[in-house]
This record gives sequence, structure tokens and C-alpha cells, in this order.
Amino acid sequence: MKEVVISIIMLIGTFFLFSGALGVFRLPDVYTRLHAASKSATLGVAGILIAAFLFFIFEAQMVSGKLILGIIFILMTAPVSGHMISRAAYQKGVPLWEKTTRDDLDKAKQKKASTKG
Amino acid sequence: MTSLLSTVSTICIVVIAISTLFLLYRAIKGPSNPDRAVALDTIGINLMAIAGILAIKLETPYFNDIILLIGILAFIGTVAIAKFLEKGVIIERSRD
Repeated sequence: MKEVVISIIMLIGTFFLFSGALGVFRLPDVYTRLHAASKSATLGVAGILIAAFLFFIFEAQMVSGKLILGIIFILMTAPVSGHMISRAAYQKGVPLWEKTTRDDLDKAKQKKASTKG
Repeated sequence: MTSLLSTVSTICIVVIAISTLFLLYRAIKGPSNPDRAVALDTIGINLMAIAGILAIKLETPYFNDIILLIGILAFIGTVAIAKFLEKGVIIERSRD
């Protein structure tokens, strides 16, 4: 029973990691690829680390705080690094996908420039 | 270690290796440099997952330090690449 629970959680994590890699492989531009990479990779690695945590509790009666610390660290840093890469790409003028319909940052920049000058 | 858990962890390692191959294609081919940065960041996260599964498969707790270390190094590397791509410098000195 314990092995079934650990296996199911590990398979869920692997599914999310695979779908994130597939999104990075298939999606059309940098910003959509970042969307796929940061969210699903976070969920996938959290699932696998929770599976390892449960395995060490059941198998060795050992509560491993490092795995919980790893999950919290990934949850904090993945959005930060994704936002920084996205901001760097926008500032360097990497083009958006041609079917993109909204660009709020461009609108805000034009508004700021018009009020300043 | 039962045979179920061993089989499932082998399957998971194979699937994560295939997804790392997809990311490696994006890291080599990627049209722009931020694409390569995204792919390398996700490869780091996949390495953390592979270390976690190896800790289950080999029944040893010594991989837990490796997981934290890879996470911290991947985050710092990604931040450094992003700052370099945006401004051309990593550590900027602000005079006055």
C-alpha cells in the first residue's frame, strides 16, 4: 500500500516534468516556453521530492528536512528566475509570437514616455 | 525495496531522460539566447528530480544534499545569465 502511494505520486511528478519539457520543445516563443517551463517543472519536482520524503519516512523512519527545504526553495526561486529571464528577453527586444493579442508592458511604456515628455 | 517501486523508478528515470533530450535540443537549437537560458534552467530542475529518484532507488539519504546543491546552483546560474543578457554586466557598480 505504501509503495502504491509513493509510486502514484512519483508518476504524477514525472508526468508534469515530461509535459513541461514537451511545452519547452513545442511552444512558439520565449514567453510561452517560460510559462511551460517554470510552472510544470515546479510541480513535477515537488511531486518527486514528496515521494522521496514519504519513502524515507516509511522505509527508514527518518524525517528528512532537506527534501522539504528543497521543495520550498524551488517554490520560491522558480518564479523569480522565470520573471528575470522574461524581463531580460523583453528588454533585449526578442519578438513576441505573431498571434499575440495583448502587450501591456509596451502600452505602459508608451504612457510613461508621453507623460514624461 | 519492492519490485513495484524499483520498476516505477526505472520508468520515471527513462521518461525524465527523454524529456531532458527535448530540452537539450532547445538549448542547442534555440533561436535566441533567452531560449537557451530557459532550457538550461529546466535541465537543472530535471537533474534535481533524477537525484531524488536515485535516492529512492538506491535507498540512501546521501542524495538529499545533492538535491539542495543543484537547486541553489541552477538558481544562481539562471539569475547571472539573465542579468548578463539584460545589461551586459552581472555585478553592476552604482556610482553616486
